Amino acid sequence: MASSSASDCDAHPVERESMRKVSQDGVRQDMSKSGPRLPGESAITDKEVIYICPFSGPVKGRLYITNYRLYLRSLETDLAPILDVPLGVISRIEKMGGVTSRGENSYGLDITCKDLRNLRFALKQEGHSRRDIFDVLTRHAFPLAYNLPLFAFVNEEKFKVDGWAIYNPVEEYRRQGLPDRHWRISFVNQRYELCDTYPALLVVPYRASDDDLRRVATFRSRNRIPVLSWIHPENRAAIMRCSQPLVGVGGKRSRDDERYLDIIRETNKQTSKLTIYDARPGVNAVANKATGGGYEGEDAYPHAELSFLDIHNIHVMRESLRRVRDIVYPHVEEAHWLSSLESTHWLEHIKLLLTGAIRVADKVASGLSSVLVHCSDGWDRTAQLTTLAMLMLDGFYRSIEGFEILVQKEWISFGHKFSSRIGHGDKNHADADRSPIFLQFIDCVWQMTKQFPTAFEFNECFLVAILDHLYSCRFGTFLLNCEAARERQRLAERTVSVWSLINSNKDEFTNPFYARESNRVIYPVTSVRHLELWVNYYIRWNPRIRQQPHPMEQRYNELLALRDDYIKKLEELQLATPTKLTDSSTPPSGSAQIAPRMQTHF
Amino acid sequence: MLGKGGVGGGGGTKAPKPSFVSYVRPEEIHTNEKEVTEKEEVTLHLLPGEQLLCEASTVLKYVQEDSCQLGICGRLVCTDFRISFLGDEGSAVDNGAETHFKNKIIGVNDIPLHCVDQIYGVFDEKKKPLFGQLKKYPEKLVIHCKDLRVLHFCLRYTKEEEVKRIVSGIIHHTQSPKLLKRLFLFSYAAAVHGTAADPRNCTVMFDTPKDWCWELERTKGSVKYKTVSVNEGYRVCDRLPAYFVVPTPLLEDDVKRFQGRGIPIWCWSCHNGSALLKMSALPKEQDDSALQIQKSFLDGIYKTIHRPPYEMVKTEDLSSNFLSLQEIQSSYCKFKQLFLIDSSSEFWDTDVKWFSLLESSGWLDIIRRCLKRAIEIIECLEAQNMNVLLLEENASDLCCLLSSLVQVMMDAHCRTWTGFQSLIQKEWVMGGHSFLDRCNHLHQSDKEEVPVFLLFLDCVWQLVHQHPPAFEFTETYLTVLSDSLYIPIFSTFFFNSPHQKDTNMGRESLDAQSKPLTLLTVWDWSVQFEPKAQTLLRNPLYVEKPKLDKGQRKGSRFKHQRQLSLPLTQSKSSPKRGFFREETDHLIKNLLGKRISKLINSSDDLQDNSREFYDNWHSKPTDYHGLLLPHIEGPEIKVWAQRYLRWIPEAQILGGGRVATMGKLLEMMEEVQSLQEKIEARHHRQEAIHVQAPGLLRNSARLSSLFPFAMHQRHSAKPVLPTSGWKALGGEDDLAKREDEFVDLGDV
Repeated sequence: MASSSASDCDAHPVERESMRKVSQDGVRQDMSKSGPRLPGESAITDKEVIYICPFSGPVKGRLYITNYRLYLRSLETDLAPILDVPLGVISRIEKMGGVTSRGENSYGLDITCKDLRNLRFALKQEGHSRRDIFDVLTRHAFPLAYNLPLFAFVNEEKFKVDGWAIYNPVEEYRRQGLPDRHWRISFVNQRYELCDTYPALLVVPYRASDDDLRRVATFRSRNRIPVLSWIHPENRAAIMRCSQPLVGVGGKRSRDDERYLDIIRETNKQTSKLTIYDARPGVNAVANKATGGGYEGEDAYPHAELSFLDIHNIHVMRESLRRVRDIVYPHVEEAHWLSSLESTHWLEHIKLLLTGAIRVADKVASGLSSVLVHCSDGWDRTAQLTTLAMLMLDGFYRSIEGFEILVQKEWISFGHKFSSRIGHGDKNHADADRSPIFLQFIDCVWQMTKQFPTAFEFNECFLVAILDHLYSCRFGTFLLNCEAARERQRLAERTVSVWSLINSNKDEFTNPFYARESNRVIYPVTSVRHLELWVNYYIRWNPRIRQQPHPMEQRYNELLALRDDYIKKLEELQLATPTKLTDSSTPPSGSAQIAPRMQTHF
Repeated sequence: MLGKGGVGGGGGTKAPKPSFVSYVRPEEIHTNEKEVTEKEEVTLHLLPGEQLLCEASTVLKYVQEDSCQLGICGRLVCTDFRISFLGDEGSAVDNGAETHFKNKIIGVNDIPLHCVDQIYGVFDEKKKPLFGQLKKYPEKLVIHCKDLRVLHFCLRYTKEEEVKRIVSGIIHHTQSPKLLKRLFLFSYAAAVHGTAADPRNCTVMFDTPKDWCWELERTKGSVKYKTVSVNEGYRVCDRLPAYFVVPTPLLEDDVKRFQGRGIPIWCWSCHNGSALLKMSALPKEQDDSALQIQKSFLDGIYKTIHRPPYEMVKTEDLSSNFLSLQEIQSSYCKFKQLFLIDSSSEFWDTDVKWFSLLESSGWLDIIRRCLKRAIEIIECLEAQNMNVLLLEENASDLCCLLSSLVQVMMDAHCRTWTGFQSLIQKEWVMGGHSFLDRCNHLHQSDKEEVPVFLLFLDCVWQLVHQHPPAFEFTETYLTVLSDSLYIPIFSTFFFNSPHQKDTNMGRESLDAQSKPLTLLTVWDWSVQFEPKAQTLLRNPLYVEKPKLDKGQRKGSRFKHQRQLSLPLTQSKSSPKRGFFREETDHLIKNLLGKRISKLINSSDDLQDNSREFYDNWHSKPTDYHGLLLPHIEGPEIKVWAQRYLRWIPEAQILGGGRVATMGKLLEMMEEVQSLQEKIEARHHRQEAIHVQAPGLLRNSARLSSLFPFAMHQRHSAKPVLPTSGWKALGGEDDLAKREDEFVDLGDV
């Protein structure tokens, strides 16, 4: 039932443009010919092109380019496909064919997108039309290279709720019962002087002074010292995050760091050890010594128990996703689907991540031990692990707002380098800093929602919307690399938050089956037998692989509507006298008849 | 196969004498029974007609819990129906949900003898398959079941002679060839005598002309096809049912000519008048004149069905150009091994190469090919308005599979509870699928054991999984149906043909000069499940087709009017007919010359057609009461997790899985129901129909994904973690060694 997902989109056609596949129902006919416009969006150019659709062949159309999107309207029929792509998803624009190109549609542009698709447009050779489009697209897709602002800074959308207000660190820590006897909120980083990639507010052990923290910072990569992420509401074991210690080849030690870890350990009297999970494979941790990094050795940290979680680095993940793309776009690998999928290692990485997060969560919940998590710099794998573990342990984060807070806290404020990892507005598509770390995290969350369909308040659309706006540059949420930079740029004042959009349309993103259970711990099964490729995200452009219709959800919503209907009717009946009722208002008498009535509205 | 006992092939032999030498003498059985009554710790509840054969005490059954194994002490017994373990402390592994979905015939610790797949013994930590007479007896017994359970029994504390008795007893009774008459089916039927079938069971059995006429009527096939009773009393042949349907002009003599071979037999009529037919091949002849006779016979037949009003015929030869039974057999053998897991470490070791193991078994690809072939056939029937004639040696394996798949997809009636059961009755049971041989129930030939029916269920599962609201039954229904293949109290899956069933029943009744035996059918689900448990077999998402016009009801039985929703792609019109006729002559020549293989039309252009048809269908919203096609792309064909993973504790999602949403859904249904009742009470209308909302799913958040099966329910909330780690990244070592970021050492 594509109609239902399409009807979701109808309500907010603009917001959801990239969530749906090429639309065939012409829902936007009422809009201006040149496509939808956001406040602040302005037309730049338009050209007649041939869109070479990998699924249904070449389509003649008119391409409209604005400072936010490219939009394609067919010239042939109303039923023809429409493209509506925010320029932010563009990773690379290439010219294909040259003056000598002969073949039909061999001269034009090939656009690689961050959301796993490729767009190809064939253009006429005469009249510089390709050069013009290429220049316009390049300028607006990669504005940073041309001293232009990202669209988020131009966007004038207004929403009834302000997403920037969703996260208030003090409130979130208070929710966790912090500060308490053992933990304090430190303002040592208020001006981002201790660590420029950390948030202004940090929760640290009560017994460690700000001076202690400054000394510890010199021994941690990029000064990212161990700070508290989450504390167990009952046993008060904590999840801490940091970067690697700067041990180096010489095996340097830091008394301050050792003492600091001991102080952390002592905040929890239930175990005599502090557990350290180094997210990296052991060999990599060792290798990191060569560049000044390393891990907490047994000699220096006798009261710590270190294990490696074998999660690979950003380069491996980028390569893995590239392989996924190869097997799903434009055509889904048929003959050897399973072995091809295996050879991407994507699900294996997911498995390792989830396994790592379970180990962290289980150590805190049943091992009663505080846990320190780090990788190299503590902004990629570390963020993945702490957030996933927190999702398993704390039902609050499984609600829509809780999840937003979680992302805002562990990812955005703790300096996951969104700008570098995604390459917002940046031309350099081959930048080795780019990596789908956040996507991988969202994939893990999706796997959990699949295994626990009643545990999350949000639905799949929510996750897809987050990923779409991760690239779209329409909102400020995922721009820049750290809190300090965001403050400098006054992001909260100058841009809109993606949570404004989502929280204004919550119905669309709500899972009807959600049952709130804050204290329930959920551990997903990490066996690849239960992990799936997220077809509705990775293969959503392919019309042959249709988005799953969620019939269960549909039926449930039907029933919900029916229930409300009945409740209303009952109320009416209680008011009215029974004799006034006509036959036409009689309710159906058996379950069998429920559905036909219900089905009329989709 | 064991070299034991020269058992005759045919089923209908008289001799009721056992042809095997029992390792357990009758006296021993007797003593054993006495012992049992004396001990009486946990009683063995024997079914009517069931006999205890041997037993052993102080056996430990292993139960896995949180990666450590617990042993439960008890007795291991073997009867002529099952192997059973009787735990001393009662059934310690039972839990609430499980007892609700209890199978009344097969308990959690029962393995019907027919369900045993392979028996292993562990000798000094080494696992070896056990066959025939043993010289040495194992310290541990591992039983792999056909329903994918794996049971471990420790015999280390058992008396030596008991070990010998039980091990050899089990091996003997599960492996040596049997005579049909020795099936437990008969002892059970004799003992329960005369229990009538459930009168509410509306499954059409297709054992009377009336049933066939009804089906013809239902599908509007009666214009061109007729029911014949020429095979009444199996006068013409043993393979065919007593009654079946053929094109109206076909002569009875034609049916008799080659014992029912070479004639088109009707399976089903499409709403546009085209029909699905099947034909078994003519006997192989070398002799020219015999060939000539066959040729003119077939010529005549083709002429009959090529003349208007009959549509053009497209022949689908299933003996070539499609799956072979050997392929299915060897693929399933590899596939099932992926689930017969002995230990946690085996589970995690195979996890790292899971997808390639799965792919190399080929099972999912076989499913895909079946679904694809069915779509091609449907395209012919639906879009090209052609008749499709399925050809197979005996028309009783892939013929059954494809014709029933086509009907499940095209005919919404076959997706209802009774419709589906009637379909199996029509195409498989009456269609003469050799269940006895294909399941190897008699252990007469391992070569014949091919899970064709299971393949069908797996194909249907793919449809159920992809389009859940379209079916009146659930995947749990399919799973318990697949389990029922091995329960020898139902006649449904224990004969090779209706003839075999009837003859065996008849003679028995004459000999014993009593009432004829009544055998249970599997469709009487109350035999296995209490009503409460049966609700798990019914799909709450299913919605009956709205009746469009209540005034126009015809017969009470003729409820399921079909309306197919598919917008037809232009059907190829008839001018080609003449051309096709000539083509047919050509085809028949080919048929006889090179045997059937060359009959296939050039398949390439058909594939294009069906590709377009498929894409076209999938581009439109699904009408769950109309034509239903599966997605067949790689990522869409999945492992039937409920059937295959249900006993594996590592694969259990505690408090998760689809059952969680199902529970919420049922809760809401109940609420709506009660509101409805309230409103109705206000209207003083008729009593509301009560929806049975199973209380089993209450608080479903705590059930596991394996519900309702999970044999080894894990009790603690401890997560299961992989024990084996990362497989080497082929060729990515470079990347793996790289730094995430350049680390600036300047200020360190």
